[in-house]
Amino acid sequence: MAELMVSAQKVHKHFGRHEVLKGIDLSVPPGQVVCIIGPSGSGKSTFLRCINHLEKIDAGLIEVDGDLVGYRRKGDKIFELSEREVAERRQRIGMVFQHFNLFPHRTVVENITEGPIKVLKEDRGQVTERAKELLRKVGLSEKENAYPASLSGGQQQRVAIARALAMRPKLMLFDEPTSALDPELVGDVLGVMRSLAEEGMTMIVVTHEIGFAREVGDYLIFMDGGVVVEAGDPRNVIANPQQERTRLFLSKVL
Amino acid sequence: MAQIHVENVNKAHGGKPEAISAIPLRHPGRWVAVAIIALFMAMGLHTVFTNPRFKWSLQWSYFFSAQILHGVSTTLELTVASMAIGVTLGVILAVMRLSSNPIVTGAAWFYIWVFRGTPLLVQLLIWANLGALFPTLSIGLPFGHQFFVKQTFTIIPSVAAALLGLGLNEAAYMAEIVRAGIISVGEGQAEAAASIGMRKMMIMRRIVLPQAMRVIVPPTGNETISMLKSTSLVAYVPYVELLFATQNIYTRNYQIMPLLIMASLWYLGITSILMIGQYYVERYYAKGSSRQLPLTPLQKIKMRISKFGVK
Ligand SMILES: Nc1ncnc2c1ncn2[C@@H]1O[C@H](COP(=O)(O)OP(=O)(O)OP(=O)(O)O)[C@@H](O)[C@H]1O
Ligand SMILES: [Mg+2]
Repeated sequence: MAELMVSAQKVHKHFGRHEVLKGIDLSVPPGQVVCIIGPSGSGKSTFLRCINHLEKIDAGLIEVDGDLVGYRRKGDKIFELSEREVAERRQRIGMVFQHFNLFPHRTVVENITEGPIKVLKEDRGQVTERAKELLRKVGLSEKENAYPASLSGGQQQRVAIARALAMRPKLMLFDEPTSALDPELVGDVLGVMRSLAEEGMTMIVVTHEIGFAREVGDYLIFMDGGVVVEAGDPRNVIANPQQERTRLFLSKVL
Repeated sequence: MAQIHVENVNKAHGGKPEAISAIPLRHPGRWVAVAIIALFMAMGLHTVFTNPRFKWSLQWSYFFSAQILHGVSTTLELTVASMAIGVTLGVILAVMRLSSNPIVTGAAWFYIWVFRGTPLLVQLLIWANLGALFPTLSIGLPFGHQFFVKQTFTIIPSVAAALLGLGLNEAAYMAEIVRAGIISVGEGQAEAAASIGMRKMMIMRRIVLPQAMRVIVPPTGNETISMLKSTSLVAYVPYVELLFATQNIYTRNYQIMPLLIMASLWYLGITSILMIGQYYVERYYAKGSSRQLPLTPLQKIKMRISKFGVK
């Protein structure tokens, strides 16, 4: 296993003339939970999407599990990956979205088995067993044959987590997984994420749940305007922010 | 009135109140409309059954004649085959139009521009007379060696002209319908599919198109019905379908109106069957998008019967 699960160096990204990421550095050792907080528009989602190449970076580099994201190094040259190779590398990175993005035309269990069967070409019977196990784990065994539209937001998000886990990822990315949920449903989703962290999954979580960051996070970064303003142990940063901007932001969300 | 009101309030305290038994609102306008429509229907039916010039028995004698049945089956075959060409090519054109390569997008746009911008009948006639423009058709390098040379009239028989005309024209319309369907599916779906390692083609086939179907199917049903009627233009290619077969008969016996009405009844009948098929296909693709599927007419009837059974 590589020394670092994720290593980002001086990542830059712009949309047209608008520079969204202005040199982000981040190192995530295996098994760590990194939480990213910051105001709206600060580039948190964009950075997360760069990690699995849903967005292409303009400068800097990102490595996941020892491989460059989107490129291949050969000698001292760098080659762009083909569409197939990009897709293959994404298999190792699970992603959970703010709006769940479950496939509405497939049942819960089909949502989970789709990737392993069609992408990894695994045996349908085995995958279905694993899917049922994952559903038990996220507390939704009885919803196996339901369609996503008939589930609550919290249930849909737990299915989305199970769908990502079915690919046996080495890294999980969460983009505000509880922001679209009613307050009483947030706890179930955070509970699933917490137990995932306890099992040693490497996670990068964009969140506004300061409590989760404090209790589960190993490292916290505060982003604003496309740069990392402050980073460190979540308990320290939250209790004792060094930067004025961090202090201001925390006073609003706490 | 006041008393009823009080009674209801009282009952509400202990258990469920009584069902409301109010006098229903009157709709006098409806009765006037019904009377007018009934009058016109009676007049229509009267002339249909009493005017001897409709020649119902003559119509009936041709309805299942070999010529007409042959025409009907050709019409059906043309409809199915042209729609198959139109849908397949339409999907390809729609994906091309959404490509990030401007040349590919431009080519699709040009195709749609040409085939939507000229009348179908003109296109059919052009295909039928292609031999006049290109007496021989050859495949090879431009200005260079030709690998394959053939006389056009031998490779563009009228059935091919009919299929090319109808199918290629339909593709232009289907392309727009499919494109509308594809862009109706949220970008998040493709991203979620990409995040589990799916490739573009697979995302399109397994995630985007099945969801786009809900938007694609209803207008495609209309296109099919429209295609059924457009096949009658093929009579001018000329190729024998229902209208051509009908014309063949009335040029001999001069019973123009009865035979045209008979052909219309055939078209109406087939259209009705297509509409039923469309209902079931739409219902199939509604899966997962609405919480409960609408009942099929058969299920509705069953439900009514079982309700009566209980009472
Ligand atoms: N595809 C895009 N095209 C153009 N601009 C974009 C695109 N995606 C994001 N942006 C811009 O980049 C900036 C950062 O967006 P991003 O979604 O990363 O913010 P965020 O920190 O996740 O905010 P939020 O908390 O609201 O989700 C915003 O100003 C946004 O408008
Ligand atoms: Mg965001």
